[in-house]
Amino acid sequence: MISFNKQRPLSDKQYSAEQFTKVPIDEHAAEAIERESISAWRDAWYRLRSNVGAMFGLSILVLLIVMAFIGPLITPYDYYTNNLELTNQPPSAEHWFGTDDLGRDMFARTWMGARISLIVGFSAALINLIIGVIYGGIMGYIGGRLDDVMNKISEIIYSVPDMLVAILLVVVLEPSLFTIIMALCITGWINMSWIVRGQMMQLKNQEYVLASRSLGASGTRILFRHLVPNSLGPIIVTLTLAVPTAIFSEAVLSFLGLGVQLPAASWGTMINDALKAMILYPWRMLFPAILISLTMLAFNMFGDGLRDALDPKLKK
Amino acid sequence: MMTRYILNKVFFFILSLFMLASITFMLMKSIPGDPFMSEKNIPPEIKARIMAHYGLDKPIHEQYGIYLSNLVQGNLGISMKMQDREVVEFIRDSFPFSMKLGIVAVIVSVLIGVTLGMTAAFNHRKMLDTSAMVLAVVGVSVPSFVMASILQWLLGVKFPIFNVVGLQEAKDYVLPTIALAALPIAFIARLTRSNMLEVLHSDYIKTARSKGLSTWTVMQRHVLRNGILPVVTYLGPLTANVITGSFIIEQIFGIAGLGKIYVMSIGNRDYSLIMGITIFYGLILMSARFITDLAYGFIDPRIKLGKRKEKAA
Repeated sequence: MISFNKQRPLSDKQYSAEQFTKVPIDEHAAEAIERESISAWRDAWYRLRSNVGAMFGLSILVLLIVMAFIGPLITPYDYYTNNLELTNQPPSAEHWFGTDDLGRDMFARTWMGARISLIVGFSAALINLIIGVIYGGIMGYIGGRLDDVMNKISEIIYSVPDMLVAILLVVVLEPSLFTIIMALCITGWINMSWIVRGQMMQLKNQEYVLASRSLGASGTRILFRHLVPNSLGPIIVTLTLAVPTAIFSEAVLSFLGLGVQLPAASWGTMINDALKAMILYPWRMLFPAILISLTMLAFNMFGDGLRDALDPKLKK
Repeated sequence: MMTRYILNKVFFFILSLFMLASITFMLMKSIPGDPFMSEKNIPPEIKARIMAHYGLDKPIHEQYGIYLSNLVQGNLGISMKMQDREVVEFIRDSFPFSMKLGIVAVIVSVLIGVTLGMTAAFNHRKMLDTSAMVLAVVGVSVPSFVMASILQWLLGVKFPIFNVVGLQEAKDYVLPTIALAALPIAFIARLTRSNMLEVLHSDYIKTARSKGLSTWTVMQRHVLRNGILPVVTYLGPLTANVITGSFIIEQIFGIAGLGKIYVMSIGNRDYSLIMGITIFYGLILMSARFITDLAYGFIDPRIKLGKRKEKAA
């Protein structure tokens, strides 16, 4: 054996070839997957779970949804009965959030308001999703002349100020839950359709789609196996961020007196009512104001976290 | 290429204005009944004369033509509830207040928003970045009327530093401006931060540094110019935010601006006033968007070269 270090030989022992055994390379073992394989969605979930802000948002959202369901049920008072002997009460053991100027229980009213906000937010986002995905999908997947025309149409609709059209429509059609949701959907779907269009145009030219097509896959198979699952991430993010936008618009409408009709009340209406008596009874504004801000905050934080989690570029 | 770009934008500007005018006309006509229904028992002959006076007896397409030609001449009709006053008069009297407040809010939003966003980007993943972005999320989430109500109660009633209502002196601008600018500040800060981060990590910045340019030169020649550029696109939505915000803020702070008149006309169901102000707002918003498009076309050389930028919402 050659010793590199002349001063200190490695060992006095002499080695011979017999002392060694050959370790065969097990090719199967080398290829074996040690760790459990993680799908893209599982990976996104792991990343979302480690995002403190997103998890904070998610837990607030779950709490809000639960309270919107059970809130009005756990108080003995309903949201519409007037009690003129107990008006403008501060929060107490009897009325947890106090009472308003007609003696109605603010706890029940606040959670009824949560129901309205969530219904408006989710329905508007859902309708925008359906219209946007169909319209944007057609634009992006078929492309060509049709895409040009449809894209121009969507640009014209987008250029008409949304809040003004929503206000006009609700004024003319008389405010109700249905007209409010409809008014918010007139221009709301366009953003979603552009996202879907962009995704489709980008994905349909990818190599794996070409490979799939050259293997003889049908158009529908390509659409549902490749294009839809791969564009789901941006769609979900847009959907999540469309909800607070709708909730905010509904609050503005009801603040302007174009909300759902009495005795039902949304947060915007309650804050508007409370504003008139702000100097004497500031607490009447407290709970609706905190809750609407918290709802918006939760949706925004969750949406931001979701976007980061679903964006492969941000993978560490 | 540039001429084509401008012509295209002009065409769209006119087309969308026409769309808004047509939508308002259709909606106005779809309201059941006529404007004089609330007047008590007018004899049919007099009613017919009134209708003829206002041109309401003509066929609908003729009314539409008259309406459009009036619009082109800047005639928005007469208020239905206050019949001696023209819609244009209301706008002329009240809009200056809204405009002053709006301009202050726009300047404040851009200055603070860009500063906040740049601070965050230069301190990426540090304390300052995190706190600026938390502030921005809060700014996006707290609705302007909640912000305004809290400010008014806290700094107007509880600690009376500012006047509760009115817009007489300079310090009266403080609370409405904060309430109006909070959302745009948050948006601009987030936009600036993400643009800045993208620019700071791009190859041409590395090139500029590696060829030995000083930090200051790199900043002003490359980073700032490219990083702030996209903020220009936010001018359209910013105007929309300030206008929508003004409906609420002017109401809360008792400012006799156009937003307050608009909300009042909605409350009174004064249809001609609502429609007139809607068209006026529409004109402002679309002009803002139009100017943004043109400005961007001039600033961004990619558009001048005719490379179509893919629309990302």
